[in-house]
Amino acid sequence: MKYFKLLLSLVISVALIYLLNNNIGSIPPLGKLLSPQHGLWRNGDIASDYTNATLNLPNLKGKAHIYFDKRLVPHIFASNEEDAFYLQGYIHAKYRLWQMEFQTHAAAGRLTELVGAKALPLDRKMRRLGMVYAAHIAVAESQKDPLTKLATDRYTEGVNAYINTLQPKDYPIEYKLLNYSPEQWNPLKTALLLKYMSYDLAGFEDDFEKENAKQLLTKLQYEIAYEYGNDSLSPITPKGTLIAAPSVALTIPASADSAYFNYKKETISNGILDATKPNKNNGSNNWAVSGSKTKSGKPILCNDPHLGLNLPSLWYELQIHTPTYNTYGASFPGAPGVIIGFNDSCSFGFTNAMRDVRDYYEITFKDASKKEYWFNIAWQPSRLQYDTFTIKSGTIYIDTVAYTKTFGPVMYDASFRGTGISNSKVSRTNGKNYAVKWMAHYPSNELRTFLLLNRSKSFADYEAAIKTFVCPGQNMIFASHNGDIAIKQQGLFPAKWYRQGDFPMPGTDSTYLWQGMITDAENVMNKNPERGYVSSCNQYPYDTKVYPYYLGGNYPFTRGYTVNKYLNNMSSITPQDMQKMQNDNYNVQAQMLLPILLRNIQESKLNAAAKSYLTMLKTWNYRADVQEVGPTLYTQWQAAIHKAIWDDELAASNNTVTPEKSTLLDALRRDSTMPYIDNITTTAKETLPQIVTETFVALIPTWDALLKDNKLAWSTYKSTYAKHLIDVDKKMPFSRFNLNIGGGSNIINATTENHGPSWRMIVHMTNKVEAYGVYPGGQSGNPGSTYYDNFLDTWASGKYYTLWLMQPNEVDSKDILFTLTF
Amino acid sequence: MKFITAMILTALVAYAAGLQLPWWSLAIAAALVALAIPQPAWKASLAGFVGVCALWIILALILQNNGAKLISTSMASILPLGGSALLLALVSGVVGGLVAATAAYTGSVARALITPNHNQKK
Repeated sequence: MKYFKLLLSLVISVALIYLLNNNIGSIPPLGKLLSPQHGLWRNGDIASDYTNATLNLPNLKGKAHIYFDKRLVPHIFASNEEDAFYLQGYIHAKYRLWQMEFQTHAAAGRLTELVGAKALPLDRKMRRLGMVYAAHIAVAESQKDPLTKLATDRYTEGVNAYINTLQPKDYPIEYKLLNYSPEQWNPLKTALLLKYMSYDLAGFEDDFEKENAKQLLTKLQYEIAYEYGNDSLSPITPKGTLIAAPSVALTIPASADSAYFNYKKETISNGILDATKPNKNNGSNNWAVSGSKTKSGKPILCNDPHLGLNLPSLWYELQIHTPTYNTYGASFPGAPGVIIGFNDSCSFGFTNAMRDVRDYYEITFKDASKKEYWFNIAWQPSRLQYDTFTIKSGTIYIDTVAYTKTFGPVMYDASFRGTGISNSKVSRTNGKNYAVKWMAHYPSNELRTFLLLNRSKSFADYEAAIKTFVCPGQNMIFASHNGDIAIKQQGLFPAKWYRQGDFPMPGTDSTYLWQGMITDAENVMNKNPERGYVSSCNQYPYDTKVYPYYLGGNYPFTRGYTVNKYLNNMSSITPQDMQKMQNDNYNVQAQMLLPILLRNIQESKLNAAAKSYLTMLKTWNYRADVQEVGPTLYTQWQAAIHKAIWDDELAASNNTVTPEKSTLLDALRRDSTMPYIDNITTTAKETLPQIVTETFVALIPTWDALLKDNKLAWSTYKSTYAKHLIDVDKKMPFSRFNLNIGGGSNIINATTENHGPSWRMIVHMTNKVEAYGVYPGGQSGNPGSTYYDNFLDTWASGKYYTLWLMQPNEVDSKDILFTLTF
Repeated sequence: MKFITAMILTALVAYAAGLQLPWWSLAIAAALVALAIPQPAWKASLAGFVGVCALWIILALILQNNGAKLISTSMASILPLGGSALLLALVSGVVGGLVAATAAYTGSVARALITPNHNQKK
């Protein structure tokens, strides 16, 4: 009996410890997490973290200091460059380790290891897209180049030097919540992070959705709905610039009319639904004004990349000072160097090129083994890759992916038709196999460009730094102390014929392959143009009427239109003018569309309440400021009109792509009786006044409800938030909700619900560089630190911090919070 | 007296063990103390509970006042305990205490097996 008692109590003790030491469903390991000596209580801000210290790290070559200023920005002063990379790795890990690893796990399709089987569709997608394949190619390229090899190897050592100091009790809180440990860093992880940027910025496509739309529309209808070019386009390279004759002579395949432009033909959907696409609004603004337009006579460069608003922020601010250069800016935790920033003599920035560089080819396999595929009248061998996924519960899932030599991995087949399939209404499928051909698979070494820009001293250095950049294509902007400004859309882009890659293409022979790459000489360099400024806001890079290649992708014209209009009219510009402009809330799309809507609304059909809302719209100044009501009404109204006009034609397919807002604007400005207005599901012939009025009236109850809840003001309605990376349900206290900020899509201040300017930077190229910046987050990745989100409100209110490019003679400055000595 | 000694000793040994060993080392501490100090099983168990519970609550409150206020408040709303960091400290104490209690109970029963007469007289 006593032995039984002993055994029972022993079993209960061990079982209790086991339960409290492991995740049970979504419950974290409570014993480990709640222990004051090991768990969450150790993840606060500790005073000793902010005091001077001397550290001995293995393999540092020389002496070094890191000066942290009052915003916790590190100013790394190293006696040689390799130590600078090492220390950057160390500091990134110290403040952002969990995020660095989580993002690279996401890129590598390894989230199942952390969060379990629910991440399997997303993980499979990333592997099948060839993210790891692409990262391995990138590592090989990076290791061939002495500069990038040194940078990634030393950076890796620095990250690991930090990881090796950690005991489990020191792990960031997210490790404790999800119950796992950090791995050693390696160059592959850095490559994965950069490929993730390619995915985010050059991974958007809607080929399958457009193919479904193609089945429902005639060629004419398709051309109207998916307009190429914009009537109000103000391209990056101004209209009238001489465009050289194309170096690649394109031939449209002879079979295209029947095999590719087969409008209104097939009726079975391809059945592919990607529910986890990169955000199509991942865009940005940048502009640089020459000395002729500034008060000081020196150029000013401005950049604000628009990305998802996450915490910890994607960006980490820092300065790197070595005997040969001194650079400052926003860096990616996980990669060496400064990405968007400046040094003593030059500044540099980026916006996304938006080109469609990800296409699909239909593959015919000989049999279910997928070992051979038909290409150019022969069976070609494919390479079968077995991808292993370790699920958190301990089970293993193996996915077989066929890699074709000509096209790339067969991403979609019978076993995988996208991340959105399980919970969607898409059921019909044509069962076809599709290989993905993507520029991110090409051998390239993007890191080199950033590292060279960090040390650039002149326009020639900038030109040399950017010319090897392949993917994701970027509008690379530059300004220098000696007065040069420039912008070039840089990247390696396939030369495509009109509409090539809008839809998946036949893959049985080489007819539909990309016929060549656009040469770098054809990417126009805009240097010191007469108009005194250069700019880009994701609009078409060239006048689509004269540019010889098809650009694909989506290109909002609005922000570029507004920026160019402002800059044309400005003179004696100061950095403060530029701050105001980056935070400008003017909605040019509303200014163009709303008068058309107001002209067409049938006021006689509106009651008094409806008329009061109409008055609010009539008196609106087109600004999406925080307290305005107009943007709320306008946004909902135009969305309803948009839906009423397009949805009936496209409703027969369960997965198409809604035409761009700018397309509707162009169509209505040209022709207020355009054919799509009629609702094809009714016998009556609808008119624009009817649609405009009906949609308006239908919204009145919604607006009344918002008014009653005091939620009609724009920022309240929009409710912008910054979400912690694991906060799937948007309710964690690690996220920040209801940020008081205006702006929106088509507006320079492009802040939507969970997306917007992720780093606002303004650099004035005076003798001593004058720079301002802010990002929606904070320097610490620890949700338990006051430095986790302390920039958010500054960012939301449109204010800036002065960026301190510290000089060696300033080491005794009062602005230094503490110093780490190595 | 034995009760108080066992309680304080459990807290001290658990604290010392926790400096280097994983959190569950407190169970070993509680079991060892129960093996060393003869007490009825329920009393040994209670001493382990109170000792570790008090230790965890005190340590948690000290840390809370030294920079962990923000993280404990956030975690108290994730877990979910209505965002009360104080409640989180109490819950932590109970969790630690329970593990100590079961371990001390086991230790005490084991002692009774090794030296049956001594323990029964008490």
